[in-house]
Amino acid sequence: MHKTQLVVLGNGMVGHQFIDELCNLIDVNQYDITIFCAESRPAYDRVHLSSYFLTHTAENLLLASTDFYHDRNIRLLLNEPALWIDRQNQNVHGKSGQTVPYEKLIFATGSSPAVPPIKGSDGTNCYVYRTLEDLERIASCAKKCKKGAIVGGGLLGLEAAGALRNLNIETHIVEFAPLLMAEQLDALGGELLRKKIEAMGIFIHTNKNTTEILHHNNGKTMVFTDGSSLDIDFIIFATGIRPQDHLAKKCSLQIGKRGGIAINQFCQSLNDPNIYAIGECASWNETIYGLVAPGYRMAKIAARHILGQTDDSFTDADMSAKLKLIGVDVGSIGDAKGKTPQARSYLYLNEQKEIYKRLIVSEDNKKLLGAVLVGDTTDYGNLLQLMLNAIDLPENPDALILPTSNGEKPVIGIDALPESAPLCSCMDVTKGQILQAIQKGNHTIEDIKATTKAGTGCGGCLPLITQMLKVELGKQGLDITNHICEHFPYTRQELYHIILVGKIKSFHDLLHTYGSGYGCEICKPTIGSLLASCWNDFVLQPDLLPLQDSNDRFLGNIQKDGTYSIVPRSPGGEITPDELEAIAKVAKRYHLYSKITGSQRIALFGAHLQDLPHIWQCLIDAGMETGHAYAKGLRMAKTCVGNSWCRYGVGDSTGLGIEIENRYKGIRTPHKLKIGVSGCTRECAEAQAKDIGLIATEKGWNLYVCGNGGTSPRHAVLLASNLDKETILLYLDRLIMFYIRTADKLQRTASWIDSLEGGIHYIRNVIIDDALKLNQHLEQAMTALRASYQCEWAKVLAHPKHQKHFQHFINSPRPDNYIQMIPERKQHKPAPPQKDTVESYRSPQ
Amino acid sequence: MTQWISICKIDDILPETGICALVGDNHVAIFRPNADNTLYAISNIDPFAQASVLSRGLIVEHQHELWVASPLKKQHFRLKDGYCLESQTHSVKSYIIRVHQNKVEIQI
Repeated sequence: MHKTQLVVLGNGMVGHQFIDELCNLIDVNQYDITIFCAESRPAYDRVHLSSYFLTHTAENLLLASTDFYHDRNIRLLLNEPALWIDRQNQNVHGKSGQTVPYEKLIFATGSSPAVPPIKGSDGTNCYVYRTLEDLERIASCAKKCKKGAIVGGGLLGLEAAGALRNLNIETHIVEFAPLLMAEQLDALGGELLRKKIEAMGIFIHTNKNTTEILHHNNGKTMVFTDGSSLDIDFIIFATGIRPQDHLAKKCSLQIGKRGGIAINQFCQSLNDPNIYAIGECASWNETIYGLVAPGYRMAKIAARHILGQTDDSFTDADMSAKLKLIGVDVGSIGDAKGKTPQARSYLYLNEQKEIYKRLIVSEDNKKLLGAVLVGDTTDYGNLLQLMLNAIDLPENPDALILPTSNGEKPVIGIDALPESAPLCSCMDVTKGQILQAIQKGNHTIEDIKATTKAGTGCGGCLPLITQMLKVELGKQGLDITNHICEHFPYTRQELYHIILVGKIKSFHDLLHTYGSGYGCEICKPTIGSLLASCWNDFVLQPDLLPLQDSNDRFLGNIQKDGTYSIVPRSPGGEITPDELEAIAKVAKRYHLYSKITGSQRIALFGAHLQDLPHIWQCLIDAGMETGHAYAKGLRMAKTCVGNSWCRYGVGDSTGLGIEIENRYKGIRTPHKLKIGVSGCTRECAEAQAKDIGLIATEKGWNLYVCGNGGTSPRHAVLLASNLDKETILLYLDRLIMFYIRTADKLQRTASWIDSLEGGIHYIRNVIIDDALKLNQHLEQAMTALRASYQCEWAKVLAHPKHQKHFQHFINSPRPDNYIQMIPERKQHKPAPPQKDTVESYRSPQ
Repeated sequence: MTQWISICKIDDILPETGICALVGDNHVAIFRPNADNTLYAISNIDPFAQASVLSRGLIVEHQHELWVASPLKKQHFRLKDGYCLESQTHSVKSYIIRVHQNKVEIQI
């Protein structure tokens, strides 16, 4: 069978997107695809490159695993740049000497940094900011240096400045233009941005044209045309890009005036229809697009065109962008500088809150041409749609950017948009595509994101998508209510506040005033958990016990045969020989199956209900306590041995893990909560796969939050670095309490952070910067909760009345004869169910 | 002839919970949904797992009727007759039960 031979040059973000688009359209078995990649790694996310300085791992940035290519029978040749293309015979020659034939060839070679021709710019400790290797070199240089300069105050320059500041380097930005982000902002916007960035301790030098860089023993001196100079240890150039078109020139492809492979509306080379160019190496209408969104759009169009689909074509790209630069929100839409003839502007400046917004409208006041937003980008999604779809403006367009204290904002109705409107311009998803996804049953924002990729870029479109979802579900007669169940018309968060403010202590009081009916398997445990989070009363007291599902009710995890498991706490995974002895003794006596769990604890399985009190008595007598393995609450801290034993350890991970586990044990949270503490970056405790992760550094601890293993594994994200212990405990008090108060029922921290607009930035604002002025309150609440801790099993054993629930038959001491074991390896397991014991159903008359 | 077997005192069952009784060789789940004397009795055996556990499930209300949700995999069994909401063929046997002179009694 003939296979179509495709060759892709380059495996950057756009090259990968092309493969992704193509593979969604074709049967991969009918194609023979080869990728030439000059770098040593498969495609990674260059937009978030700076996060490498925080995590020091490339894995987080990878766009796909190597399995992705392998599974699709795609040959990915790493470290293999293409050297020569024989267009006559349609062959690509690689560096290693191999030759690969093609029917269609796709250039996705991207760009290289354009370093200005300044004398001395090629000296030592002068870097560019493009690849992971560049960042590795900068990181190792920064360890030995104090002062760094970035040449270029555009997007990339500010990105790099933020990264240097996080490395505790005195950071200077040197910009040729009179303002920062001259491409995207106007003078007032640039000025406000400058103020905000200077307030963070970054030095900004605008109107500076560097003539020479002097290298000497004490570092470098940058000399400027105005006669001034700047002493510095190292320099990063972020002065724009140059298309990688060297190879294209060698094989005589037509090149644009500013470089780049000249392409038509289908991304085909103007002088070879079998060759396509996409992304930053392409020149469309003499324009090179340095953002990823137009590159993704080209990838899609080229993939479709190769398959003979000509309905989609490239017609200029919208360069609007919403960004967060060093913590500052910045948005730029369309003609942000008001270059359109006779354009008019509306300006809003609030120096108190450091917010600037400008609308640029057409002469007749009817259409939005562009906008600038600094300090507050909440209007971005609305404004972008008004501009992109040329929707008529309201009578007073300034209302669109004025604060809501001036009255309701005019919001564009989603119905006003045509189906072809690109709702998400980052991922190029139209309103029609999102509509389809909703109609196919994706009824949550998370599902829509996963299916369509919409909203996974800058997130500016999420308010519109949410609006759309509500409208569509309304049409289908469905509601998106977050009511926890039919018995309570409230969300978990609302119930939490009702309980707290009304000092409600029982399910009945809550049901009587705020609910209806009897209750169910959703609201009972949820409210049981909320009451515990608020008051931490003993879960087996008579009015709370009926709320607990079997696990909490019998303080053990029920197994498939009706037996229970027993997990004593071994904080940080630490356990003494005496404790081991006590565990061994009780396991032997009660014939319990013994296993190490995934959480560095010992679990004993197969305990009969009536034996639980005595088993726990033995363990508690040996100094142990409950591990709360049955609870939706803090479980444990997994630790490595840290610098106490390990020759690589730089922090006492075991000690810190034990302290944290003991600090929060017994606290009920919306879902289970796990902690990991690693003593060095080798990360043996897998802290980044936990809700809370700590990794020791030379300077303290890096704190990661909101990761998990399980069904949908997620890496935790860095909240703050190089913290001391006191700060960690403070942040954790606040974070855990904030999670308890704002998460949905059974929502783990990873999906909780997704549900918060702004994600980690928002959490950082609340937990570190105290943006909501909540911290004192959160700390107090946590202190009260911690003070009420009790080992539930110790309490059961102290009061015989609690023990009477622990029997199988109320009227007989006989054991449960349905529990039967069979041998398994050196221990045993439950016997398979016997079908013939099923009793027949008989409706009573 | 109708025969009643005495199981325990009504106060032995905490309101809103269930207990398991041994009646002959049968494991019977007895539920007391409220603080009054209303009781229900169905087999204690979860027919999906063949485990004696239904009395340990939560008592819940759906469709204006009371059910127990199995503590294992949460299938619902109707308290008044043992009907299984998720799979009728997995419905369980029910028993006639009463409170007589503060004693819980089951009919066999």
